[in-house]
Amino acid sequence: MLNGIPINFYIMLSAVIFIIGVIGVMARRNAIIIFMCIELMLNAVNLLLVAFSTLHNDPSGQVFVFFIMAVAAAEVAVGLAILSMVYRNFKSIDIDLLSRLKN
Amino acid sequence: MIKLVALIPLFPLLGFIINGFFGKKISKNVSGWIASLAVLASFIVSLLIFIDLEEHKEMTSHIVPLFSWINSDTLKIPFEFLVDPLSSWFLLIITGIGFLIHIYSIGYMHDDEGFSRFFTYLNLFVFFMLLLVLGNNYLIMFVGWEGVGLCSYLLIGFWFKNTAYNNAAKKAFIMNRVGDLGFLLGIILIFVTFGSISFDKVFTIASSGSEATVTAIALLLFIGAMGKSAQLPLYTWLPDAMAGPTPVSALIHAATMVTAGIYMIVRSNVFYSMSEDASHIVAVVGVATALFAATIGLFQNDIKKVLAYSTVSQLGLMFLGLGVGAYSSSVFHVTTHAFFKALLFLGAGSVIHAMGGEQDMRKMGGLKKALPITFVTMLIGTIAISGIPPFSGFFSKDEILAHTYEHSPTLWFFGQLASMLTAFYMFRLLYLTFYRKFRGTHEQEHHLHESPKTMTIPLIVLAILSVVGGVLGLPEFWGATNWMHHHLDSIIVQKNPSILNHTKEWTLMAIAVLSAGATIFFAYMVYMKNQILPEANDAKLTGIKKLIYNKYYVDELYDFIIRKPLDGISVVFYKFMDLQVVDGIVNGVGSAVTGISFVVRKAQTGHIGLYIFGMVVGIITILFFTFIK
Amino acid sequence: MLGYTITQWLFGILSFLAIMFALMVVFTRNPVNSVLYLVLTFFCIAGHYLLLNAQFLAIVHIVVYAGAIMVLFLFIIMLMNLDADTEPQKHIGTRFIAGIVGGVLLFVMVGALRGAEQIQLVQTGSSQIGLVKNLGKVLFSEFLFPFEIASILLLAALVGAIMIGKRDTNINSKETTNS
Repeated sequence: MLNGIPINFYIMLSAVIFIIGVIGVMARRNAIIIFMCIELMLNAVNLLLVAFSTLHNDPSGQVFVFFIMAVAAAEVAVGLAILSMVYRNFKSIDIDLLSRLKN
Repeated sequence: MIKLVALIPLFPLLGFIINGFFGKKISKNVSGWIASLAVLASFIVSLLIFIDLEEHKEMTSHIVPLFSWINSDTLKIPFEFLVDPLSSWFLLIITGIGFLIHIYSIGYMHDDEGFSRFFTYLNLFVFFMLLLVLGNNYLIMFVGWEGVGLCSYLLIGFWFKNTAYNNAAKKAFIMNRVGDLGFLLGIILIFVTFGSISFDKVFTIASSGSEATVTAIALLLFIGAMGKSAQLPLYTWLPDAMAGPTPVSALIHAATMVTAGIYMIVRSNVFYSMSEDASHIVAVVGVATALFAATIGLFQNDIKKVLAYSTVSQLGLMFLGLGVGAYSSSVFHVTTHAFFKALLFLGAGSVIHAMGGEQDMRKMGGLKKALPITFVTMLIGTIAISGIPPFSGFFSKDEILAHTYEHSPTLWFFGQLASMLTAFYMFRLLYLTFYRKFRGTHEQEHHLHESPKTMTIPLIVLAILSVVGGVLGLPEFWGATNWMHHHLDSIIVQKNPSILNHTKEWTLMAIAVLSAGATIFFAYMVYMKNQILPEANDAKLTGIKKLIYNKYYVDELYDFIIRKPLDGISVVFYKFMDLQVVDGIVNGVGSAVTGISFVVRKAQTGHIGLYIFGMVVGIITILFFTFIK
Repeated sequence: MLGYTITQWLFGILSFLAIMFALMVVFTRNPVNSVLYLVLTFFCIAGHYLLLNAQFLAIVHIVVYAGAIMVLFLFIIMLMNLDADTEPQKHIGTRFIAGIVGGVLLFVMVGALRGAEQIQLVQTGSSQIGLVKNLGKVLFSEFLFPFEIASILLLAALVGAIMIGKRDTNINSKETTNS
């Protein structure tokens, strides 16, 4: 129990937010929205990490979240730079149009 | 002095290395002389060691340890050389005759482009041959044994641009493999039985082995000797081995390598004297080979083939001697045979050299005037091999035959018959080659010349040795001492005292001389008086002549009973196993992958959305199977 | 209040809002609205952090995510001038399948995580670990090396983003000459 809330609730909440992110990644075509859904998934995981950190009274979990934030920031910086580059060349960020991998 | 024995094989090895790596950079003469001097140096050391051994009779056998070679649990094989009367005597033969043949080759191979390669192989051969003779255990002997086999292969196929020569080389190599397997099994059996393969250890405890085991060992070793020394049924490679340059035939296929089998059996005489049956088999195989090869020799027209069959026949006689326990007589015959057969081969080489490569005796004749030195030396060699006293061949052959008579008069009869046939075909060779009119082309006649000094001097030296070689083993009943017999006394276990009285010995000797004389006269009548020439057209031969001319169809027989079935099986395996099963599997895997990828390729749409779907479905599957049971 | 503590009420409300906003992120047509809903989701999550006594993380979360990253998103979207009209739409069937697959994944995950309530707590002592002081001690002692590596990662990302985003004049001039 965390302040009267069972850990199960946090697990469920994280799972639901994570699944929403997954659905977003699958259902949207806009690369930026997909990116945002990935951030959503990352945050679901972060939330769970913090919950368990508090549950076990162990700061390592929170430090881990801290590192994930740093990595996410780096990822977003590079990812958005790539997307802007893609947009410049294709005039679109629709991933269904970006099927160059095939050839 | 004996400590220096390691130098003996070292010199030819050095020569091999120099000629092998730098042969192309140095001039022909230099490379030839380097090789010859290397063997000469070995000869000098061998001679010094031999004298040393003679002077210090109190200890006849010296083991010179060099280094520890194989050390594995119970298998401990040191690399040791054995210097005793037998090995020191073989050292002298190998290096002495080897040196003469090296000198001869300088003249003979002078125009050949593979000159330095030839001397490289020749030196390597001498090295391995010395290793074979010097080793103090069967494994070193086996290394030398295989090494000389390799050199034999390389030198038979020396003119590798000719397919027939290459095939002859392969034939020699494969035939020898059959024998080598026997030898190897023999060595393994010796190790299993006695726990060692060093000569000194094995021979001292040999009597502890059961008779059946010893017979098996003796027979396995004899199979090895059969291959290397060209005995029935593994002899067919030796006549074909004449494809190599003539000095090779003289050195390897007459004087040294083919006598390795005899050396091995004399070395292992302990086993043979323990096993009556094995000795008997050796004697029978020997006499059968002697007679068989001698009859084939009667109708051969190729000068080198005649000599080759003669070699097989003489080796058969030596094995006959071994089989009846006359080991020293066989070594004596090895020695004299090395002298006169090397001489005959080198003489034949000189003739071939003069004839510009022609080897068919039907196209020779009347070479007496053009090649006086070759003629005289060849004549000496022919008389020596025919067994006319006081030439060397007479004494050694007579000694073997006398011992055979003690053992079994039947064997003696066949041995004597083979020896008569030898006299016939050797004089046939002489008459057809040097007498009567020249039968070659006009151009060849114009070209006839005596060979250069480098070739004739070895001939003369060998001729002298062929004449006087008999003093090494004068018959004891003449009142002389048989030096060879005493020399090898220490290494031969079972003494074989002569049981014949002097009258019988004299009678046998007289029979031998008279029969040789009679056959020579017969040969004279046929080839000189009646001027008969061998049939020029091979196809016209009939009956027994045709059979013999075609070497009793032994090659064809082997072809039929060994090669054809193997070919048949190979075809079946090729058609079914290889093409259907193996290729089927290999190609099937390939085409399956192609087919599957052709289908799977369509899944690679390049649409990231689809990939994400795939990924999520994968995650679901993994989670499902991992956590939900 | 209905038998629930104030914390439980807060948890319920925040969770409901977080899920609602997250769904809006996915289902809103206009990208700009999506970004704004995502920011709201992050605020909800920061609230959860506070409930979990992770005060420092809650602040950092708002500053980094809502303050920096989301602004970056917004900035890019506005730069590209995206709105509901230019927004590409997946086929309805595809979206339906996506929903089904997501549901199945949720089902499997819940199944996999079932039983977590039985986890025994080691000890629930002081809930002071979320404070800057305590977190800093751990970060700069135990996790010093990863921390420094993270700084290098950020530097690399910085340089990489600039390199990628830079307009390569050479290539462009070549392309124009070629065409």
